[in-house]
Amino acid sequence: MLEFIGLLLLFMIVASIVAIETRDLLAAVISLTAVGFGVIIAFFYMRAPDVAVVPIVVEVLVLVILIRSTLRVGLKTFIGNRDLFGMIVTVAMLAVVFLAGIRVFSFFPTFGEPVITRIPDAPSRIYLENGLKDTGAANIVTAVLLDYRGYDTLGEATVLFTAVMGAIAVIRKKARKKPSEPEVPEWGE
Amino acid sequence: MLYALCFLFFAVGLYGVLVKRNLIKIIISLTIMESAVNVFIVMVCYRKDAIAPILDKTIESQEFLAHAADPLPQALVLTAIVIGLGVTAMTVAIAMRLYERYGTYDIQEIKRLKG
Amino acid sequence: MANKGMTPIVKVISDWVKSFIMLFGIYIVLFGHLTPGGGFAGGVIIAMVYVLITLAHGKEEALRRMRMGVAAELDSVGALMFLIIALLGVSAGFGGRFFANYIHRLNPGKEFSLFSAGTIPLYNIAIALKVATSLFLVFILLVLLKVIHGPEGEA
Repeated sequence: MLEFIGLLLLFMIVASIVAIETRDLLAAVISLTAVGFGVIIAFFYMRAPDVAVVPIVVEVLVLVILIRSTLRVGLKTFIGNRDLFGMIVTVAMLAVVFLAGIRVFSFFPTFGEPVITRIPDAPSRIYLENGLKDTGAANIVTAVLLDYRGYDTLGEATVLFTAVMGAIAVIRKKARKKPSEPEVPEWGE
Repeated sequence: MLYALCFLFFAVGLYGVLVKRNLIKIIISLTIMESAVNVFIVMVCYRKDAIAPILDKTIESQEFLAHAADPLPQALVLTAIVIGLGVTAMTVAIAMRLYERYGTYDIQEIKRLKG
Repeated sequence: MANKGMTPIVKVISDWVKSFIMLFGIYIVLFGHLTPGGGFAGGVIIAMVYVLITLAHGKEEALRRMRMGVAAELDSVGALMFLIIALLGVSAGFGGRFFANYIHRLNPGKEFSLFSAGTIPLYNIAIALKVATSLFLVFILLVLLKVIHGPEGEA
């Protein structure tokens, strides 16, 4: 008898197989959104509301961007798999890695007993005890993210900045064949 | 057992990246892999009968310590989700540029037509 | 994306609703140290307001409300604000370490209130500014890109 998380994971696996295998690009994108909502329900079940609020809005933006990429192309273009020999080799290697993975995961602690219950002076326990006193924030996750581990947030801001600069640099290419049809407006508008 | 299911979820995404020829399917599989990793990290910090790690005026300190979920992996997953969105936007921009240049989303056609 | 937008019903309703969504996004950013949320969720919600305007009215309306140059400047302002507040902690009078929460050490406010957590709400505002303008820029550029059918001879 599987727990609730097991059922959610099965739902996510089925939805992801549908998203990969279907011929219709619109159905694939909608299945991807279904996977995202399964992830959100899993986050809420595991008592992480601060983490669960973010994918709710991120899913909508990913949906809009992916549908934008399929607009002029046509939603029913079907391009198949790679050659059959490559596919069989890939599936065989993934099966071997998965069986090795099952053996590794049997050494993990049981689901439901994180580090805090077993080691008395883990960093998370210190953050939970002294969070309100040291930083004054009631939301311990925000206190960890912006006070105890502020460097990671600085790194995240840098990575997001770089990814968006990369996207802008790729789109803004100005060398076009037809100078009479400018592609994006000038930067100052 | 549940961790193995999460790894199967990741392996489905990896199969999609390696086997499919359509660029949009490859981007969808990348997003599936990233969701699998986020679920795995949050699964590590689950505690039986947990309370969310947010203090309130009505919660006693001892009961909070005895029942709160682990806050550290949650903070790391929060940044990972937003980074995944940025990477998806960048790869979709590159894919649209490739379509404009070569006329197709098929990576074997693009490799043949390159140059 | 269509230039003219959607039907008049969608335009009127989105005009009423977008102010509430923007207010809700700002609430999630400012109260990030008391309730779930924070800078990332609030920043994405503020970017979604401009996505709503683009979908309902067309891209010229969204560009009229926030120009691309202004969005790029606000992006850099957000990043700079984050760095300057973090660097101020290094100076010896304040605490001596990068990212020290000096406002909380100098005058701690009442717990569970809005002005309580020191530098954390300021970091939340900087992050929200950065995330919102970055995502708005990427979305509006993906909308403006005109994909032409067929292969090109050379770029």
